[in-house]
Amino acid sequence: MTETQIPTEQRLDIRLNVNGVLRTATVTPRRLLSDCLRHDLGLTGTHVGCEHGVCGACTIRVDGKPMRGCLMFAVSAQGHEITTVEGLADADGTMHPVQQAFRECHGLQCGFCTPGFLTVVSAFLEENPTPTEEEAREAISGNLCRCTGYQNIVKSVLRAAEITHERRAEQAEGDAR
Amino acid sequence: MTTKMFGAPVQRTEDLRLLVGNGRYLDDLGEGAYEAAFVRSPHARARVTGIDVTGALDVDGLVAIYTYEDLSGRVAEPLPLLIPHPALTHGRTAYPLAKEFVNHVGEAVVMVVARDRYLAEDACERITVEYEPLPPVVGIENAHRADRLVHEDVPGNCAAHLVQEVGDAPAAIAAAPNRLELRLDIERSACMPMEGRGVYARWDAADASLRVYTSTQTSTGVRAAVAAKLDLPLDRVECVTPDVGGGFGVKIVHPWPEEILIPWAARLLDHEVKWTEDRREHFISAAHERGQLQTVRVGFDDDGRLLGLDVEILHDNGAYTPYGIIVPIITSTQLLGPYKPGAYRVDFRSLYTNTVIVTPYRGAGRPQGVFAMERAMDAIADHLGKDRTQVRAINFIKPEEMPYDHGLLFQDGRPLIYDSGDFPASLDALKKLVGWDEFEAYRAQARAEGRRVGIGVACYVEGTGVGPYEGGHVQIETTGKVNVATGLTSQGQGHQTVFAQIVADELGVPLEDVTVTTGDTRRFPYAVGTFASRAAVMSGNAIALAARNVKAKALRIAGEALEADPRDLEIVDGHVRVKGSPGSSVALGTVAVLSNPLRYAFDEASQAATQLTGAADFSKPPVAEDDEPGLEGRDYYSPPTATFANGMHAVIVETDPDTAEIRILRYCVVHDCGHLINPMIVEGQVHGGVAQGVGGALYERMEYDEHGQLVNASFMDFLMPYASEVPKIEIDHLETPSPLNPLGIKGAGEAGVIPAAAVFASAIEDAEGFPIVRMPIQPSELFHLRKRFAAGEIPALRRGADHAAGTHR
Repeated sequence: MTETQIPTEQRLDIRLNVNGVLRTATVTPRRLLSDCLRHDLGLTGTHVGCEHGVCGACTIRVDGKPMRGCLMFAVSAQGHEITTVEGLADADGTMHPVQQAFRECHGLQCGFCTPGFLTVVSAFLEENPTPTEEEAREAISGNLCRCTGYQNIVKSVLRAAEITHERRAEQAEGDAR
Repeated sequence: MTTKMFGAPVQRTEDLRLLVGNGRYLDDLGEGAYEAAFVRSPHARARVTGIDVTGALDVDGLVAIYTYEDLSGRVAEPLPLLIPHPALTHGRTAYPLAKEFVNHVGEAVVMVVARDRYLAEDACERITVEYEPLPPVVGIENAHRADRLVHEDVPGNCAAHLVQEVGDAPAAIAAAPNRLELRLDIERSACMPMEGRGVYARWDAADASLRVYTSTQTSTGVRAAVAAKLDLPLDRVECVTPDVGGGFGVKIVHPWPEEILIPWAARLLDHEVKWTEDRREHFISAAHERGQLQTVRVGFDDDGRLLGLDVEILHDNGAYTPYGIIVPIITSTQLLGPYKPGAYRVDFRSLYTNTVIVTPYRGAGRPQGVFAMERAMDAIADHLGKDRTQVRAINFIKPEEMPYDHGLLFQDGRPLIYDSGDFPASLDALKKLVGWDEFEAYRAQARAEGRRVGIGVACYVEGTGVGPYEGGHVQIETTGKVNVATGLTSQGQGHQTVFAQIVADELGVPLEDVTVTTGDTRRFPYAVGTFASRAAVMSGNAIALAARNVKAKALRIAGEALEADPRDLEIVDGHVRVKGSPGSSVALGTVAVLSNPLRYAFDEASQAATQLTGAADFSKPPVAEDDEPGLEGRDYYSPPTATFANGMHAVIVETDPDTAEIRILRYCVVHDCGHLINPMIVEGQVHGGVAQGVGGALYERMEYDEHGQLVNASFMDFLMPYASEVPKIEIDHLETPSPLNPLGIKGAGEAGVIPAAAVFASAIEDAEGFPIVRMPIQPSELFHLRKRFAAGEIPALRRGADHAAGTHR
């Protein structure tokens, strides 16, 4: 009963700028960006929790802005700068202030939703480097976490802002010397 | 002295990999594996009359299609009934793929294996399954009425009927000066870990062995089940649990159909195969919990003291009972909380419906039990015009009455005996924390501002750390580094950190020198699993005992090397030294070298242990008869009964007079889990539990329509709380240590969620002035309740009219 033809899928060679590195992959047009990052490029730090854009676990930064990786096709990510959780730390391995803060404040338990929170918060703090507790809570209210009850994530956001300032102050001091 | 790690808020070692994207969750493994997808039943109850796969055969990348007819050997048999019970007279389990009947939407019918998941799903879409739909049984009342049956051979849809009693409760109630009856209703919710289930299997044909990676709460359980089903010797099957993205109970169920089918297909195809559950699959083919109807009859004296308590529970177990009747047993026993019930009778029926199976979800039947008891406490207080905390206090088991034997059997089949707890002290702490005695003034002030507020309280006792046992293995390497293994698994609780804290203290080594492995049968093959708030109690104590064995051995060997009495030795910062004479010391790594007589040196240090170097005592063999080579130890912890943690919650809510929105103003927790290994982690557990409690009380429900379709099976429609819905949680700890185990600890994992439905009902009722008997409660429900109340269909609380006067709560 093969009255419906099953077309062989078109495969496209794409070039993606991920964490400052130009990467290539061969994908079908329907390949989700989250799947491409995870399974074609091996960047499994981006997690998939619902595949319908609600949970936020797959959040990455596209040209700096937080985006759901499961709501984008890999082919449409060409020409954009993508940052995943693997790209947050410094090249020398120093954790991003947000990563350090999550550890200090116990902002994660199972860690599955965490990469989505880290990318969201890193973008948020660039826009609002001195958030109030309320603003911090608001900023993370688009991501689901089933473990932490969010309290320590809110704390982590505030602590990350502090760490950022501390590091800047240290650097300024170092530059002055 | 080395800094004491036990009790310190140590930062987690897990985080170093989880924060930078280096976690290894199930779907992060197995690149190159074939991937599976399933055709699942769209009907709640139907006969499968035909399966036509021809449309799928030309799909690019298709590898194999399996239906029930293809299953072989024991794979074709029903899945195991994990926890049999004499009262479970009509236990039923599913086949890995539907044989003739499907009994809930989502039941697996066909498995497709293809080059990747996209292609496997393409093939699934092209497979036609013919069904003869049958009328389904949906809802507890329908199941109980039993006009239709889920399984034709299960009369009354009743899987199990169990009665436990102490004394003659009906007589005690009949003779009591005051009597009340409550009819209560709790709906379904579910664990909903952010990572769903998943299995990845690697068959090694040359070695005839299988390695199964699965996102489970019990790797030893899965290993045994897979070996049995695939007819493999146990030593040819390894089960490894990678990082797990949350469990909350659902992943203790095993073997899931997929946990059998994926390894089976991997062997058949001689190729790696993987299946990663998607969110819709998790909603319709994993497990739910909570759904119960309860009738509570209570008799009490004029002080509110319980004289008799008679509870009937109708429990919805879904389509099958692989996990037995653990949930309603826990409801029936943990319902008692911190109270003496007088005469007690509890009668439950576990009923089949054509819905997803019901198995433990964090709290595991306790939230329902606490709901029953605490609703009764509030009703008694209201009936007598007494303060709600006063009625609770008068019924408390007193600290001097510990250990307290309820005369019932708990979920582990052992006596329900509370080992510890100071309930009056807990209640005092809670009242202070929330400002219970100042609340009426606050209410009056709020009322003057046109706001409606209420306060609620709820207490619970939680049996934690149930047996039968866990074990621990501790090994000191010649580098001085310490490897620790335990068989139970981790899903985010921070076991790698807390177990390392325990070992660091026991051995006197730096925390960073300790590496902990959990849930890997290659490293520790005997274990039960992670559930019932048992990991810290069971594995924590087993590991402590194992570490003590290793320490004794290290001191013995070091004593010989230092020519000192082992009793005069101590271990500080990884070195064994003579107490009071730190100059005379030997590194633990060197002790490890000495513990293992060698023929062949593998580095400079190990030369010290070879046979032709140094002096030898020719009168003894290199390894003494009662000794073993290596500086390692293994031990087990197996308690006679569970250890009982407890806690009390209070919440202040504000209900909008117009929109019926429910806002949480304060949420306070007093929690007693004995000694805290890591307070930061314990508080995190409480936070997370409360958040799930908030979800279960105010938002989450599984909406089945009359056809058995789960109409809200996505994160769009199933309302899990975001940060905007969860309040800031204020916590006070009490530490009454457990006398049952060496570390004096009790479990903490489930606590936060247990009293949530009860405490919200208590507070909303207090704000509204009419009884709340059904949870969850969303603004629309509260709105309709108000209408019915205004129409006189719902009676007012007796204290309702007194609110303005502020005389009672």
